[in-house]
Amino acid sequence: MAITREEVLHVARLARLALSDDEAGRLGGQLSAILDYVKQLDRLDTRDVVPTSHAVEKGTPMRDDVVEPFGDREALLANAPDRLNDCFRVPRIIED
Amino acid sequence: MAFETVIGLEVHAQLSTRSKIFCACSTAFGASPNENTCPVCTGMPGVLPVLNRKAVEFTIRTALATSCAVQRRSVFARKNYFYPDLPKAYQISQYELPIALGGHIDIEVDGGTRRIGITRIHMEEDAGKLIHEGEFAGAQASLADLNRCSVPLMEIVSEPDMRTPEEGGAYLRRLHDVLVYLGVCDGNMEEGSFRCDANVSVRPVGREAFGTKVELKNMNSYRNVEKALEYEVRRQVELIEDGGEVVQETRLWDANAGVTVSMRRKEEAHDYRYFPDPDLLPLIVDDSWVEELRGTIPEMPAEKIARLEAQYGIPRYDAGILASTRALADFFEASAAIYGGNPKTTANECVHWKDAVLAGTLSPETIAHAVEDRERGTISATASKKLVELVLSTGKPFRTLRDEQGLTQLSDASALDLLVDKVLAASPKEVEAYRAGKEGLLSFFVGQVMKESRGKANPKVVREVLKRKLG
Repeated sequence: MAITREEVLHVARLARLALSDDEAGRLGGQLSAILDYVKQLDRLDTRDVVPTSHAVEKGTPMRDDVVEPFGDREALLANAPDRLNDCFRVPRIIED
Repeated sequence: MAFETVIGLEVHAQLSTRSKIFCACSTAFGASPNENTCPVCTGMPGVLPVLNRKAVEFTIRTALATSCAVQRRSVFARKNYFYPDLPKAYQISQYELPIALGGHIDIEVDGGTRRIGITRIHMEEDAGKLIHEGEFAGAQASLADLNRCSVPLMEIVSEPDMRTPEEGGAYLRRLHDVLVYLGVCDGNMEEGSFRCDANVSVRPVGREAFGTKVELKNMNSYRNVEKALEYEVRRQVELIEDGGEVVQETRLWDANAGVTVSMRRKEEAHDYRYFPDPDLLPLIVDDSWVEELRGTIPEMPAEKIARLEAQYGIPRYDAGILASTRALADFFEASAAIYGGNPKTTANECVHWKDAVLAGTLSPETIAHAVEDRERGTISATASKKLVELVLSTGKPFRTLRDEQGLTQLSDASALDLLVDKVLAASPKEVEAYRAGKEGLLSFFVGQVMKESRGKANPKVVREVLKRKLG
């Protein structure tokens, strides 16, 4: 089940990855191999099986609506490459 | 060719929780940039989201109030895209399995009722805010404030059931009132707590298939939604009549120019690659929880309007104004319980003093006493207004002020007899003329008596006494 070069480049673009021709070819082969491996499942009859989204089928835990401030904005801002005062500074967004 | 308009609305409502949907940061509006952030909502590696129970509760209550079917099992999904206001590079939302499906709300237009379907309600997190560094061309950077990241939202998607911009506006107002009644959303449009996008298309009357739809954004008031829809419908019809074709796209409403402007021509087909969020197990809602919440649903605006109309005999229009705000309707009922009299007068007073009522500076007693004293003729309408103003400025009880200010009017016929006699004795010529048929002089006599009483006489009673004496 080979995936096309266009599909590889499309997925790479969505992930903001710049691939060389060489990489696109190699990754295309690897992705196809992974898909082929998973395709073995097609040999089973899964018509009555609900798609599995999580390994354990129990409800998500919930928390009470209580505010607990983290209180260390500096630590969060320190992870960013650029800041201005208390804001994260990012390259200007250009809308087409 | 005649065209029919087809409108569907998507509302994003901020849930009035104290903390965010997946972490314990505050949702308070107006904090300094990034004050309300933590490793979870800023997408640091290794953190896990934990769902806020209150946010689920608020969404279930909304679903019940709009006759939706609450889903026993729903799933959170990741919507993937890159934008600097979204630090995780995905938004946690619900996609294939939302928490509620298939409801409706009834709206009133042109004296009739229309039922607007609700396709689905799902829960999701908000994104942050970008501040552009200087609005001048050539600015090099944008600034990200992530306080809003992960603030809980619910998205309420309507069926394409509306046929005019007015119906769109009516749907929004009714939905807004429902959410505010439930106390699940503060409904503040300026602060972005209640936002609306619209899908609009036109088709020749009688045709089944929908026309190409355009998505409208950036409308931050009911009036703007209606104006944007009106403009867009006109634009699409003119385009088709001129032989053109509507392009599927997103357009922004420019309120100053009064036009919609294309936002992205080349809509790189949204490829959000939704998939179930592995960090969050399915949301399981058991029946007993739903039933418990069903018991907390208050009377909804449409029911309240019908009841106020029937119970108090007030016009539907007045009932609608009172019911537009739960607090105002409650205030009206509290006033009417203190003094029954004519509820229409009480309703008028409540609407007249609406701002003070909603600010909590007036008590139902004040309005009840004002209406009662007026109806009994103890005070005039002018005095009533003046006294309520004094209550607001001094905080003293209405009747204390009435007596202090000497604003009671003379309504006792026997007390007015003397005044009337005095006036008639002083104007023999006019009395003669009146009796000879100049009935217009009655107003002259009323004026004289009012003057004699220094404005305290009840003009209605004065008129009656005069007629009796002159008759």
